[in-house]
Amino acid sequence: MPTANLVEIRDLNFTYDVRPVLQGINMDIPRGKVVAIMGLSGCGKTTLLRLIGGQLKPSQGQAKVAGQTVHELDPDALYRLRRRMGMLFQFGALFTDMSVFDNVAFQMREHTDLPESLIRDLVLLKLEAVGLRGAHDLMPAELSGGMARRVALARAIALDPMLMMYDEPFAGLDTISLGVIGNLIRHLNDALGATSIVVTHDIQESLKIVDYVYFMSEGRVIAQGTPAEIRAVDTGFVRQFVHGEIDGPMPFHYPGASYAADLALETAHA
Amino acid sequence: MLERGLAAVRGTGHRVVNAVWRMGYASRFFFAVLTHSGMSFRRFYLTVKEIYFAGVLSLIIILVSGLFVGMVLGLQGYETLQKYGSESALGTLVALSLVRELGPVLAALLFASRAGSAITAEIGLMKATEQITAMEMMAVDPIARVVAPRFWGGVISMPLLAAMFSAMGVFGGYLVGVVMIGVDDGQFWSQMQSAVDFRRDVLNGVIKSVVFGVAVTAIALFEGYDAPPTAEGVSRATTRTVVTSSLAVLVLDFLLTAFMFRGI
Repeated sequence: MPTANLVEIRDLNFTYDVRPVLQGINMDIPRGKVVAIMGLSGCGKTTLLRLIGGQLKPSQGQAKVAGQTVHELDPDALYRLRRRMGMLFQFGALFTDMSVFDNVAFQMREHTDLPESLIRDLVLLKLEAVGLRGAHDLMPAELSGGMARRVALARAIALDPMLMMYDEPFAGLDTISLGVIGNLIRHLNDALGATSIVVTHDIQESLKIVDYVYFMSEGRVIAQGTPAEIRAVDTGFVRQFVHGEIDGPMPFHYPGASYAADLALETAHA
Repeated sequence: MLERGLAAVRGTGHRVVNAVWRMGYASRFFFAVLTHSGMSFRRFYLTVKEIYFAGVLSLIIILVSGLFVGMVLGLQGYETLQKYGSESALGTLVALSLVRELGPVLAALLFASRAGSAITAEIGLMKATEQITAMEMMAVDPIARVVAPRFWGGVISMPLLAAMFSAMGVFGGYLVGVVMIGVDDGQFWSQMQSAVDFRRDVLNGVIKSVVFGVAVTAIALFEGYDAPPTAEGVSRATTRTVVTSSLAVLVLDFLLTAFMFRGI
């Protein structure tokens, strides 16, 4: 009996050396929804994605995907689960020694025994979905940043995953590519009947396309809600983040000794 | 004073522990490569592609170097041998030096700087650009898909390159000795034929080049896989590959020679 939530995160803690990166995270990602995890760079968003994908092991708590506790799976079971996940990396992570076509075909060739003619049709189908069928024989070095991201997206959906994870899909894109990627994330999710997790700090773009938002700061979830609820929040960090204010609960200055002491002003006056 | 002494002891301990830890990690990595080698042979075209990159693309440097080393051997050998009136042994001298020592060792050193550095840089950059992680997330084991084919590509290429180096060297020695200086053609070849033993000389040379191939490729792969995912990390790893594998080749050569020709 499948539960309503595809991903369930319970009391998840992760410590790097001695530094706590994630503390007591609880999240539910319902099936069929697009959920954003937002926060500043370095707040642990990407780490969370890696824990869900089983690349890291939590120091406490658990992440469950489709009812399976990810960190308890043996390597074979983990790989079986990963075949049903797709991940879009921040800079695409395309295989630079393969053409666009071979990149998208990679998983089909590795994991299926489909004949090459069928693989060809499937690859062109996936590339058509991201609008790059015409670019199938280019090499990754010949693509612009936005195109590379779309090819990587086509590769990630190659085996029709049940769970899509996006790591900063909007980083470093021009405004047009931004809109294109945003639309693709939403439409592919609905067309594939998948569930999507979008890790991002691009608030405006993601509020347009997602169903639910988790806000993280310093390894904790500090706010959550639908985009409308998040926009309505008028206090503290969330407001600072949504409106891009320079100073607020998140200070502009990295903590350090006092400015005067660093410039040795006291000694100069003495 | 005491503080500084303690810090030095701690520093030394730290470095030793690190070195031992890294050795252990490298051994586990090597073992993992061996146990994940199935795909390299089941889908042999993956390995063939790496033989092309590591072997075929190294051919030019190997052939040209072999030719010149052989020519120098011809010149120097003739100078020395003629003092004792035994220039007819030139063929033997050139062939034995190449087949036993210079072929495997120099080819391995060239291979380390040409193919080894390329392997390290490629794997290091694949890691830095998250291609390795992406592969893991696609449920494809990067050790089996990326590392093992490169390992076997290098191991298969190395003895072939060493053989070609030696062949070119013998040809270079022939050019200088027979064509240029005028050593007797028949004596050059016949003395070589009678003095070079297949098992003792040729086979031992082949064994050496296989061992060097394993060492150089394994070091190159490990350094690439272990490189910090930054520009500086990859450049350091590439340098380390060339330095470490060159040293490994020379040390291994001494050990192998000691076993093979002195029977220690």
